Amino acid sequence: MTLAARVVVGRGPLTVDVALEVADGEVLAVLGPNGAGKSTLLRVLAGLLPPDGGRVVVDGATWDDVAGRVHLPAHRRPLGMVFQDHLLFPHLSVLDNVAFGPRTRGAPKSAARRAAAAWLERVGIAGLGDRRPGQLSGGQAQRAALARALVGDPALLLLDEPLSALDARTRLAVRAELRRHLADFAGSTVLVTHDPVDAMALADRVVVVEDGAVVQAGAPAEVARHPRTDYVARLVGLSLLPGTAEGLTVRLDGGGVVTVAEPAQGPVLVAVRPESVALYPSRPEGSPRNAWPAVVAGATPHGSTVRCELDGEVPLLADVTATAFAELGLAPGSRVWAVVKASEVAVYAR
Amino acid sequence: MRGRGTAVLVAVALGALGACGGGGDDGAQASGGTSASPSGDGGLSGTLTVFAAASLTDVFTGLGEQLEGDDPDLTVQFNFAGSSALATQLTQGAPADVFASANPTQMAVVTDAGLADGDPTVFTANVLQIAVPAGNPAGITGLADFGREDLALAVCAPEVPCGAAAEDVFAAAGVTPLPDTQEEDVRAALTKVELGEVDAALVYATDVTAAGDAVEGIAFPEAEDAVNDYPLVTLAEAPNADAAQAFVDLVLSDEGQQALEAAGFRSP
Amino acid sequence: MRRPRTPAPLLVPAALAVAFLVLPLAGLLVRTPWSQLGTLLTAPGVGQALRLSLVSATLATLVSVVLGVPLAWVLARSRARGRAVLRALVTVPLVLPPVVGGVALFLVLGRQGIVGRWLAEATGITIPFTTTAVVIAETFVAMPFLVISVEGALRAADARYEDAAATLGADRWTTFRRVTLPLVAPGVAAGAVLCWARALGEFGATITFAGNFPGTTQTMPLAVYLALQRDPQAAIVLSLVLLVVSVATLLLLRDRWLGRGAAA
Repeated sequence: MTLAARVVVGRGPLTVDVALEVADGEVLAVLGPNGAGKSTLLRVLAGLLPPDGGRVVVDGATWDDVAGRVHLPAHRRPLGMVFQDHLLFPHLSVLDNVAFGPRTRGAPKSAARRAAAAWLERVGIAGLGDRRPGQLSGGQAQRAALARALVGDPALLLLDEPLSALDARTRLAVRAELRRHLADFAGSTVLVTHDPVDAMALADRVVVVEDGAVVQAGAPAEVARHPRTDYVARLVGLSLLPGTAEGLTVRLDGGGVVTVAEPAQGPVLVAVRPESVALYPSRPEGSPRNAWPAVVAGATPHGSTVRCELDGEVPLLADVTATAFAELGLAPGSRVWAVVKASEVAVYAR
Repeated sequence: MRGRGTAVLVAVALGALGACGGGGDDGAQASGGTSASPSGDGGLSGTLTVFAAASLTDVFTGLGEQLEGDDPDLTVQFNFAGSSALATQLTQGAPADVFASANPTQMAVVTDAGLADGDPTVFTANVLQIAVPAGNPAGITGLADFGREDLALAVCAPEVPCGAAAEDVFAAAGVTPLPDTQEEDVRAALTKVELGEVDAALVYATDVTAAGDAVEGIAFPEAEDAVNDYPLVTLAEAPNADAAQAFVDLVLSDEGQQALEAAGFRSP
Repeated sequence: MRRPRTPAPLLVPAALAVAFLVLPLAGLLVRTPWSQLGTLLTAPGVGQALRLSLVSATLATLVSVVLGVPLAWVLARSRARGRAVLRALVTVPLVLPPVVGGVALFLVLGRQGIVGRWLAEATGITIPFTTTAVVIAETFVAMPFLVISVEGALRAADARYEDAAATLGADRWTTFRRVTLPLVAPGVAAGAVLCWARALGEFGATITFAGNFPGTTQTMPLAVYLALQRDPQAAIVLSLVLLVVSVATLLLLRDRWLGRGAAA
């Protein structure tokens, strides 16, 4: 089950022109700012919007071919789609929402309901099938929406900002579950998001789209280490470190201790933005608490800054100005001290 | 046919929106003489207020203009409405000089209230006629055709005066009518004749005259059993008694009677 | 949970509006000849006219829903050119004096009308002066209320639900039946209520196109109008009956809908 697509579609002043390939079981994140044309791309893949040019081929079947005048309407594409604000039908019970797809695709009512119930169980809301969508929490609704998209065993799964309507705490929980379900899913997945954390946490590969065009593609860590544009750097530079919190101290799973400004307890993710990391040739005076020795493993210039990839007890990315990079005499292999203020460290429960 | 249909729509629509008094037929107006008029003795002035049944609108407007022409200082004001509404207004104290009713019943309301100056005079009458579309496509010949089930027929509802009169003539003729509709007023019945949607309707002769060329009238002898007399009277509290008498005289004069006959009324 | 107080600039006009709408009603009640009520109500023809009114208004509403909801969908969703013109045409019966509407119906469906003549020749059926004509006249006048109300509901509804349905394998017809229609059901219900109320009170087009004959075409408003010619007291009683029956029906339906809404 593979997706191969090149999509050309005009939306007002913007022309989207994006080529994608997603293999069996692979999750591709399309990352970009609002208005970059991500959702338009997804609507074309879904068949909701006919493209102006290009082709969409899934498992060898042509869904769109503008030159060949092929356009398979959305309802005849074996796909599942999860929308930002779930779009569960408010007039149907949760169970009937999930059974909707099998029903329209010809399954008998009882079979459709059985399949729906099984999927509700899989996403962990087995007891909520009788409720109306309005009676669900945001996280429950998004789980139901995922069940609705996956129940038909689609060839292609499309996720349109699936987590952005959730509050931070719920987002973490649902993200972790989503990751599990995506790992089990045999088809191709395209995830559209503006949140780099989603892309890093869920995707095997990332495509960064800006103004309708792909500016960079690759594995998430690769893109983060070697951003090709300022925009990509800002977007994907976040270092995410798992650890266990006890008050203001987080013991990282990979070793090392981070001091944070917000007290937390239990398993957490620590997030550090590269621009908040400062580099010193030696341990700085005044003994800041978050100071770790590191080795510069790589350096990628972009614009007026250089992104440095740091190896050590606490692996980080650091953005320094080109001037500072030169003054410090940095090069791959240089030994430095990385310093981060506690207030610059974000901490999420996981 | 379509062109004609549209013209009828417009005419009918205007009629339906306006008062029930029927469309204007300018040819029916009497032309006023200047010196031969019995009331043209000059010396009348002020305002004359006449309350008259709506069916008299065209004739009385013409007569009023004639009176004004003879006496330039005189202004004639009309209040045309249904007779019962006028009677109610008069008993509620509306100031007027002359009252002309379309039936004796409403006149009695006014005279019983002691508002009349002397006894009313029947100045004209209206009889029923059979109105058929131009050319009489269904070949209607008389009242007996109202008993035919195969025809589309309209009469007035028994609640309104022309319907009450219709019941009388059917009773007198021994005809059991089989109407398809009981119309709320003469105008509505005529509309359906004009459109050719009914083969015949029973309405007043004056309404047939006012309807113009799209409608033909067929007189029938039983109409004599339901003659609708029109009485008029000057009012006791008339602010302009001289002018009131002059108007009554004009209506009763040959000239006035000719104008009424031209509009389809019948001499009493 | 406490709602904020209604601001005075809204409260005063609102109170005036209520007075304006309710006082004429109160006037009717004050003038009702309560002692004669029984006699007037049991008079022959009253039940007949009331039944005919309810049946014809309900049929007109059904016809309006069956034809008007698809029309509303076309107005709200299709991208066809000339939609603005179409919408303007749909609202014509709202501005047309109903009597003129009745005449216009004659010109099309009357036995001399464009369609009516053909129908009479082909089948021998003539429409005017029948109960069918009553339903047609009422539908003509009342359907725009439904169309406008449903179109508004469709425009307000989130069209992305229809996208979601498409991604779940539903074609446009299935989507309309199973998603769009349930979503705008409150709008359809409100439109149907307006439509029914308008049809129930319809007078001008009905008396013109269908005529007035007890048992066949004499609905309550016609009976009220004619009673007014002879016996204003009876007319008041008849209006009151029409009023009570319509208000009771609407309240009953509303309760049912609200009941379901609360359970949902």
